[in-house]
Amino acid sequence: MYSFSPTEEQQMLLDAIGRYAENDLRPAAREADEETHFPPNIIEKGWEMGVLQASVPDEYFGFGEHSAVTGVLAAEAMAYGDLSGTLAVMVPNLFVLPLLFCGTEEQKQEHIPPVIEAEWKPYTAALMEPKFDFDPNDLATVAEADGEDYVLRGEKAFVPFAAEAEKMIVYANLDGETQGFIVSADGEGVEVGQRQKLLGLNALPLFTVNLESVRVPQRDRLGGPEGHDFAPIIDSSRAALAAMAVGMSKAAFDYAVEYAKDREVFGVKVAQKQAIAFMIAEMGTEIEAIRMLVWEAAWMLDNGQREASKTAYLALTGAANMAMMVTDRAVQILGGHGYIREHPVELWMRNGRGFATFSGLAMV
Amino acid sequence: MIDFSPPKPIKQMNNVVETVAVNMMRPVSRYFDENEHEIPWDFINFMHTAVKSMGGISMAPDEKKEKKKDADKKKKKHPPIGYQRLAHMVEMLSWGDAGMYLCVPGGMLGSAAVSAAGTPEQKKRFLTRFMGDEPVFDAMAMTEPQAGSDTSAIRATADLDEETNEWILNGEKIFVTAGDKALEQSNGFIVVWATIDTDAGRAGMRSFVVEAGTPGCSVTKMEEKLGIRASDTVSIVLQDCRVPYENILGSPTVKKTTKGFKGAMKTFDATRPIIAAQAVGIARATLELLKEELEKNGVTIRYGTPRQKLTNIEREVIDMEVQLRSAWLLTLKALWMADNKIHNPKEASMSKVIGGDVVVKITQKAVALLGPLGYSRDMLLEKWFRDAKITDLYEGTGQINRLVVARHILGYRGSQLR
Repeated sequence: MYSFSPTEEQQMLLDAIGRYAENDLRPAAREADEETHFPPNIIEKGWEMGVLQASVPDEYFGFGEHSAVTGVLAAEAMAYGDLSGTLAVMVPNLFVLPLLFCGTEEQKQEHIPPVIEAEWKPYTAALMEPKFDFDPNDLATVAEADGEDYVLRGEKAFVPFAAEAEKMIVYANLDGETQGFIVSADGEGVEVGQRQKLLGLNALPLFTVNLESVRVPQRDRLGGPEGHDFAPIIDSSRAALAAMAVGMSKAAFDYAVEYAKDREVFGVKVAQKQAIAFMIAEMGTEIEAIRMLVWEAAWMLDNGQREASKTAYLALTGAANMAMMVTDRAVQILGGHGYIREHPVELWMRNGRGFATFSGLAMV
Repeated sequence: MIDFSPPKPIKQMNNVVETVAVNMMRPVSRYFDENEHEIPWDFINFMHTAVKSMGGISMAPDEKKEKKKDADKKKKKHPPIGYQRLAHMVEMLSWGDAGMYLCVPGGMLGSAAVSAAGTPEQKKRFLTRFMGDEPVFDAMAMTEPQAGSDTSAIRATADLDEETNEWILNGEKIFVTAGDKALEQSNGFIVVWATIDTDAGRAGMRSFVVEAGTPGCSVTKMEEKLGIRASDTVSIVLQDCRVPYENILGSPTVKKTTKGFKGAMKTFDATRPIIAAQAVGIARATLELLKEELEKNGVTIRYGTPRQKLTNIEREVIDMEVQLRSAWLLTLKALWMADNKIHNPKEASMSKVIGGDVVVKITQKAVALLGPLGYSRDMLLEKWFRDAKITDLYEGTGQINRLVVARHILGYRGSQLR
């Protein structure tokens, strides 16, 4: 039975996240981008909203049940405040959720509670690689079986908080399959490189990580000796990023609408010009349509639908296009002022382009 | 709770309608395209029987019935799904043939207006005919040569003859979908828009039911069109056409407000997403055929692969799927809102904007992607390319609907955003 309204419980969470996005993330966003640093107290406050904790069952010291739908709603609402901040708050998801989806019972018992019980800590994951046609299902980083161990070799990029991370999941190509390995960030052969300077996401510390024959015991292979299916991980990542694209685009859209209603041109408000009003109508329509697609993808993931993987892929594809269109137009509506860093739209436009590239940077 | 599974009754209905689309529409689709103004009676008679057995369909579900259903459903806690079901039916029938879908008896805009604005007596007088032995049609006559989307420019007049207590209608109407079937081919009716006070602008606008056989009302022209050729589009002249006083829909007194007019515009909250559903049906047919043909020729779509590694054709198909699915979901949301009595004019126009856009883009791209095959009349693709465009035009062009969306987003009245 179709329904497009969140549950009461979800709505309460969304209201709380909405206040956090508006009162904490947004006011800090510009300075964080300029200073390339997000204030830890704000990250901690976001962590304490308990989005991840609420998707982990109590046997692993969480207090709820995983729901991709709740996850995308939360991601969307938080990214309305700031994308870098949201990704930072949700970095531990990259470690915990793959374990929850694919880990053995022992792995879950061992690795999830220390993350969930504590304050925010940079448990992270390394998926992306520095090549133009990076493909999560065809990694250049390889894992080779060597006796009871695996040996990882390759170069990773866009690894959040790698320099201060305690543990991370490293993804590597094992006989053609993408497999996760639990790796200590200070383990032998793990070389964290320079912090990456990028077009956007300046407030989020992202690093290259070189894997120089990193030895991983079998018990730290995600899912144990049999390994795991990679689909749930990449699907969750796509849904999360698509949801954040929607939230961030909505932010740019609302800002542009307010500006257009305020700014005078030729004796009327700029929003009263059809050239602008039509842009606004299309932006609003596209955001809402893609939003429904993201929700559907999440719902399919929760309900084990056959087309879930494909829909998550379509959702991120659509969201990446939409985010670029919307954020570009937001800058355009502000005219020259949109180009000035006093306004946030240029920041959203830079972040907006990233959704075509980001992979595995968020999970719900 | 957010849920994307179609309700069971819709799933069941969808299977039946798909069988109809596959067996009764597709095989004759080309014939009725090439033989414009011939009427697909076999399909119509079949649909008449089928629809009757289902208890009828209409653009606007009968409120009384809905209320009763609502009451029943409250006990069982089933929310209303009338519009959502209609959207699925229209989508599937349009997947079969968008022109023939418009020939389904008894479900057009005229009866929608009667359902929305008529008194119980009027509903009884005008709507019961659809449940008879013969198929009966209805139509909406709004557009005039000088008044399209700007309906306030309508010049047709209705004057009350107080001696006979009749309205005298005068004027010319164009682009009346199914007008011929309503007036000449069945004992149907049309709903005519006219002003009862030429100085009152929109406030004077009213709609009147004109039944088949009424003297002074005649079909004067059958349009020849780019697509949806199975459906007739006609011009109608009203010359001292007299209808009983009781045929007026809504209040006969002119007040300074445009409340009556706005009420009429409310019909669009349901009809616009229904047109979007039609657009989605054509687009889905197109995309399915495109993928089938590509597959036959060894092209498979590698979902999940980064765009940098995909061929252009794959990227095009994937983008089409995104557009199609997101447009459909937005349409469903708009109608879910209508079913649940949530104010939805913004979403209704949004779905119409995106539906019209998406089907036009998809059909145009598909024809081009299949090259000489796509351009050939051996396939239905070129027909769907022609059929598709109507959804970006009627029930308000894409541009009018962008205006409506923008006004709602910005909180502007018509005078603030012209």
